[in-house]
Amino acid sequence: MTLVQFWFIVIALLWTGFFVLEGFDFGVGMLHAGVGRDEAGRRAAVNTIGPLWDGNEVWLVVAAAAMFAAFPDWYATMFSGFYLVLVILLLALIVRGVSFEYRGKSGSPRWRCSWDVLMMAGSLVAPLLIGVALGDLLHGLPIDKAGEYTGNFVTLLQPYALYTGVTLVVLCLLHGATFLALKTTGEMRDRAGRTARRVAPPAALLTAGFAIWTHVTGGKGVLPNPVEVLAILAVLAAAWLVSARREGWAFAATTFAMATAILSMFTELYPRVMVSSTSPAYSLTISNAASGSYALKVMTVVVVIFLPLVLLYQAWTYYVFRQRLSAGDFRPPALLTRQGNGRPPGAGKTGPSGPAARPGPAGPEGPG
Amino acid sequence: MTLDLARWQFALTSINHFFFVPVTIGLAFLTALLQSTWYRSKNPGYLRLTRFFGTLLVINVAVGVVTGLVQEFEFGMNWSAYSRLVGDIFGAPLAMEGLAAFFLESTFLGLWLFGWDRLSRRVHLLCIWLVALGTVLSAAFIMAANSWMQHPVGYVINHKTGKPQLNDIWAVLTNPVFLWGYTHVLLASLVTGAAVMLAVSAWQLRNQARQPAPGGASQPGPPLFARSAQLSLVVLVPAIILAMFVGSELGVIEARYQPMKIAAAEAQWATCQPCSFSLIQIGGGNNDHTPTQILAIPHLLSLLATNSWNGKVVGLSPLQSQYQKQFGPGYYVPNVFIQYWSMRVMAYSAGLMFLLGLWGLWLIRRRSMAGSRWFLTLAVWAVTLPFLMNTAGWLLTESGRQPWIVQGIMLTKNAVSPSVGLASVITSLTVFVAAYLTLAIVDLMLMIRYARKEAEPDPAPGDGADALVTAVRY
Ligand code: HDD
Ligand code: HEM
Repeated sequence: MTLVQFWFIVIALLWTGFFVLEGFDFGVGMLHAGVGRDEAGRRAAVNTIGPLWDGNEVWLVVAAAAMFAAFPDWYATMFSGFYLVLVILLLALIVRGVSFEYRGKSGSPRWRCSWDVLMMAGSLVAPLLIGVALGDLLHGLPIDKAGEYTGNFVTLLQPYALYTGVTLVVLCLLHGATFLALKTTGEMRDRAGRTARRVAPPAALLTAGFAIWTHVTGGKGVLPNPVEVLAILAVLAAAWLVSARREGWAFAATTFAMATAILSMFTELYPRVMVSSTSPAYSLTISNAASGSYALKVMTVVVVIFLPLVLLYQAWTYYVFRQRLSAGDFRPPALLTRQGNGRPPGAGKTGPSGPAARPGPAGPEGPG
Repeated sequence: MTLDLARWQFALTSINHFFFVPVTIGLAFLTALLQSTWYRSKNPGYLRLTRFFGTLLVINVAVGVVTGLVQEFEFGMNWSAYSRLVGDIFGAPLAMEGLAAFFLESTFLGLWLFGWDRLSRRVHLLCIWLVALGTVLSAAFIMAANSWMQHPVGYVINHKTGKPQLNDIWAVLTNPVFLWGYTHVLLASLVTGAAVMLAVSAWQLRNQARQPAPGGASQPGPPLFARSAQLSLVVLVPAIILAMFVGSELGVIEARYQPMKIAAAEAQWATCQPCSFSLIQIGGGNNDHTPTQILAIPHLLSLLATNSWNGKVVGLSPLQSQYQKQFGPGYYVPNVFIQYWSMRVMAYSAGLMFLLGLWGLWLIRRRSMAGSRWFLTLAVWAVTLPFLMNTAGWLLTESGRQPWIVQGIMLTKNAVSPSVGLASVITSLTVFVAAYLTLAIVDLMLMIRYARKEAEPDPAPGDGADALVTAVRY
């Protein structure tokens, strides 16, 4: 394997990691109001991803930076070509990112409701647009000899790209619902399970269609390649496991379905990184878009040391926060008995004042 | 026009990002110090302070992160020609930053924030220190990238493609501009974080003096926020002294690698030897080459720019003709007005902040800070100074590099995305400005509201420690 091939794989894996992890964040962001129902439930839903979403979003940052470092021309053509898409994407990510932080910071229901809507909108728009962008990479865009994008905003909205976006949104919904079912208790768990069961059949259909269309777009006939076959199998298995109420396995299956769906695009893309619809000769490839070999070597050392480390401590985070949450944890203090909230009171560990703050006068912010 | 708007956009978004970044770097370190103190002393007051400033840190990080994302995308969106040319070298530190720093910072911040009752005290303390480490590392890589633009090293030009290619990462990471600039930024961040902590503490102390809270008054020893004020001052004063020292060293380095920058910062059109430092002057801007100096200190500029009493500083006019010979026709003088004033705003504000810090330390020694209304009021307002200094410092750095985007390698005007039209840039500029303004207003509102809330008297005296600290959860 050459260095440029290695970096193509690294970038494919970074995008996969991003969608596998941030995918359920997006899903929870879209579903928190519905599954949570009342304020306490919504807070519980948001808190299932509270400690995780920022670390997940860094996968996007690193995927983009790795493209910049390893394939500067890919980064340059793609990011300038997708200009307006990225403006909207950034806006969606900004809104979503701060909504987690801000929604609980005021007592007024109107305030919270506005942030809930923004959170849902941001969580929907972000995977949709990234999906459109990834779909466009494979389907091809007008790119000239100099590697510059010559189309406009509307050119980007091709059927395959839009379909990719929609598929990813629905997969995120399913992934988020199975995650919520795994991470909550009581009514919320039931509602999340019901949502997953409702979303699973259309998600399976869409993904199967996506795998086949991806293969066709890749220009290699209709019979899907092994990765695409796995994507179809995984999403069917997810649908079945969801209806069989096997929460843990269902989440594993949606994870697998998400990963294979993203990887299938990259397997079809290889060895190109951005297809030119103007002329195949103008397509950006792993060789004509790559950095020099010294830069790639340096980056390889860094990624080989740090990526496993990152996986290790992120996995540990998931282990630390493995407990289920329930709306009861987030009810107003009068209804809450400290022992009843499923968590150790924690006073012994965190000193005389107990865990992350009793609400006190700051009611809305407390976990109670 | 597209170029100008793209430049405005980069300037506004990075200035905005850098409002939050130094607060994060500084407060992460200070919060870690507070928590370590609590860990060792088990004094619940320090737990309250840790939680309190930890929450400020978190509110701030949320905005720092989303504005950072915009920065990351902007290189490709607005400056694709630049990205194409230098991605080989410039991209590497960015990717390292993500892998080595952002993952660390964001993952352990999540652990810290939500792990109060899930982790042992020791591991939990380790988390906040890893967050602080992450912030410091992220500044390192991005500063290495930026310093390379100021003084490119460790590369060769590839003859086939005409592009610079990395051939020595070590040279990039030991670039003198980087080593000194990075130190300066870290110190500036400490100053910023400490100033924020000082301002918030002063605000609290002043409020408590007005309406003594039962929880606070019944506590033995000095009021709670006097302790954080003390900590912030103990960090602030040495940090600002060192920042001034390192800043003057930066001047020497600039004079060596970017002589235009330092000459412009002094509005020095003709070569001088020895050179006096103009404290304030009229004229001497972009068109007026003979300023009327109102107040000047002899020899100081020589000292700052060359480290010697009688050093020579080459003026803008001779540099301009030298550059024309070297790089061909063009105008190579940066905006003198911006350079001259950003230098002074930074240096004078640093002086003011330093004096305020000394006053504070003196009050602490006399144990009379909580009673000094004057000091407390000034300390609250002084929080604006570091933001002013940071912005001025970056204007000095970035505007002083103009017309180059990468000194001596690429001109800014050749760096914009050829495929991006005016309408697109206007759209994105409008969207980002509107979003950032909204964010700023909401953020300020929340911060003030948060601070107010803390000042309310505690309704449950038995459990006073918590009432002060709103939950850090969502
Ligand atoms: C609280 C913040 C703060 C304080 C007290 C100072 N600075 Fe500063 N300065 C910065 C914050 C800053 C900064 C925002 O962090 C910059 C921008 C880029 C950089 O490396 O640091 C900067 C840059 C910067 C540069 C430009 C470096 C370059 O172009 O690469 C110079 C010459 C100085 N500073 C000099 C000084 C002097 C002489 C100071 C003392 C009086 C001083 N700074 C105090
Ligand atoms: C360390 C990381 C940074 C990098 C890599 C970087 C890079 C750049 C680039 C690519 C441009 C656009 C081209 C140009 O106009 O020259 C620019 C301009 C600018 N940047 Fe930075 N920047 C960094 C940090 C900052 C920060 C933190 C600030 C402000 C607080 C800042 C302030 C500016 C300003 C004011 C301009 C406009 C200068 C002009 O066009 O006249 N930069 N920088």
